Amino acid sequence: MTLILAISIGCLFAGAIYLMLRRSVVKLILGLLLLSHGVNLLIFTMGDGVRRGAPPIVDDAGLPPANVADPLVQALILTAIVISFGLTAFVLALAYRANQAVGSDDLNDMIE
Amino acid sequence: MNNHLFLPLIVPLMGAALAVLLGRRRTLARAVVLAVVLFSTGYGGWLLWLVSVAGRQATQASNWPAPFGISLVADLLGATMLFVSSLLMLGAVAYSLATIEADYEQHFYYPLLLLLLLGVSGAFLTGDLFNLYVWFEVLLMSSFGLLTLGGTRGQLVGGLKYVVLNLVGSTVFLIGGGMIYGLAGTLNMAHLGERLATLREPGLATAIAGLFLFAFGSKAAIAPLFFWLPESYHTPPPAVTAIFSGLMTKVGVYALYRVFGLVLANELARMAPLILALAGATMVLGVLGALAQTEMRRVLSFTIIAEVGYCVMGLGLASAAGLAAGLLFTAHVMIVKAGLLFLAGAIERSAGTGDLRKLGGMARREPVLATFWFLGMLSLAGVPPMSGFFGKLALLQAGVAQGQYVITGVAATVSLLIFLALLKIWNEVFWKKSYEDQSKLPRVSVAALAPGALLVVLSLVIGVAAGPISELSALAGAQALDLTGYAQATCGAGGCEAAMSELMK
Repeated sequence: MTLILAISIGCLFAGAIYLMLRRSVVKLILGLLLLSHGVNLLIFTMGDGVRRGAPPIVDDAGLPPANVADPLVQALILTAIVISFGLTAFVLALAYRANQAVGSDDLNDMIE
Repeated sequence: MNNHLFLPLIVPLMGAALAVLLGRRRTLARAVVLAVVLFSTGYGGWLLWLVSVAGRQATQASNWPAPFGISLVADLLGATMLFVSSLLMLGAVAYSLATIEADYEQHFYYPLLLLLLLGVSGAFLTGDLFNLYVWFEVLLMSSFGLLTLGGTRGQLVGGLKYVVLNLVGSTVFLIGGGMIYGLAGTLNMAHLGERLATLREPGLATAIAGLFLFAFGSKAAIAPLFFWLPESYHTPPPAVTAIFSGLMTKVGVYALYRVFGLVLANELARMAPLILALAGATMVLGVLGALAQTEMRRVLSFTIIAEVGYCVMGLGLASAAGLAAGLLFTAHVMIVKAGLLFLAGAIERSAGTGDLRKLGGMARREPVLATFWFLGMLSLAGVPPMSGFFGKLALLQAGVAQGQYVITGVAATVSLLIFLALLKIWNEVFWKKSYEDQSKLPRVSVAALAPGALLVVLSLVIGVAAGPISELSALAGAQALDLTGYAQATCGAGGCEAAMSELMK
């Protein structure tokens, strides 16, 4: 499981960085999106369900209950997803306006 | 419980909502905004006083016991930054009331300012690493809005670069936050500090420290991550440039101080030479950029970068004295730089241009403004009795005392070059004769002059009262490195690990 996740995260990061190094603004934004997905998965692997086998929840005896995944990483990922969703909407709108003002999708044209 | 720590978060949020609702009734909306920033400034001053007499203040969100919930902690470092930021926001609102166009006001300019204040206050008060990330996003989101509100070509293009580079920085922050949770199993900063101090395999902690250095460094605009700043800072209205120069980069500096001083103290000792080298490079590149520019706000933008180098140098000295000096310098530069940008904005508004080649004759036309500019320039250059002298003196003393002669020499030299860059503005804008007929241009109004002038006066006051203020900053520097005290304030007398095992039973 960890191996599959690690390979997926690696692929997402590689794709994101490749896209972000392109000159097109749209590809740059797609790269940012992929990057945020990669990070979300990375946080997921940091949860105890995958790595330490001990969620931050204890029963009355002070022991971690069985068959419970780490809820904290899921809360973190949810927060990160919401934030990246909002920011992506903003960046897309901004890129659209910049595209209108400059008349090009090429970052090399976006100089003053 | 010190639940009043939530006030600087709730009040701006409610104020922003109210100002949106009151959008059409401009006078009422402005009154709400002014009341909120006045409250924040008053509260910031009171909190700083409280922390300096009664020690750190902490409270827990929803009464979740620390370290399980989100803690809000105010220590001298955070309270000082909170006070100075609210003060600058007050200046920005006062300046905006006098100068901002109606178009901006209709498009939620003031609510965005209040949300920026909310994000900044949250970042200075939170004791939780992930919560710090959330506050960063809040303040970035409103800064995106403020930066691109005008919708001109320069703003959109500069804004796009600013947004993208800040998003990359935030993402790296998130990676670091996720990895540190995987490593230590907590996100409470005091608890993290305790656990990381006794880590058996510190290799991963070093990697995480590198991620945080990149993330906060890109927000603070240290070399080689500062390229977004000169691209974007001169494009919005002067009030926005001034508040950005005061708050945005300095939040990054604060996060570096907080995370490296408290959470990653071992890594700070290990990475100190790298941080010092980056600080030196930031100073030199920033000031060389400033010398090459020919527009007022562009020159000032580049000197922001050079000054961030000084702030980071305080961290790189990796000692209580270094952090104290860095904090003193940071507070000083926030105040004076915002003041100078307000004054530059007033000139730009009156003359219709910020181009050094076209401006001239301002010393004769606006003698009062010129006087304040001159004082502010001396303060930034570090001439006594202005505040800049004591900030730089403390930094250089700490550098010499720790035998870091190279960075001290660089800092002293760059200081002269900053003075040279500012003198260029002085010569071109104030001293030389104007080539154009200026008789038809409007005079600078008192309302546009006052915020900048008052900030320069404040710098003079800090310089005169340097004794008690440097004692306070020395205390703040010691507090910033004192993990035990911070953990006791956050989690109770035994520290966070003990509090956790107690709660688990």
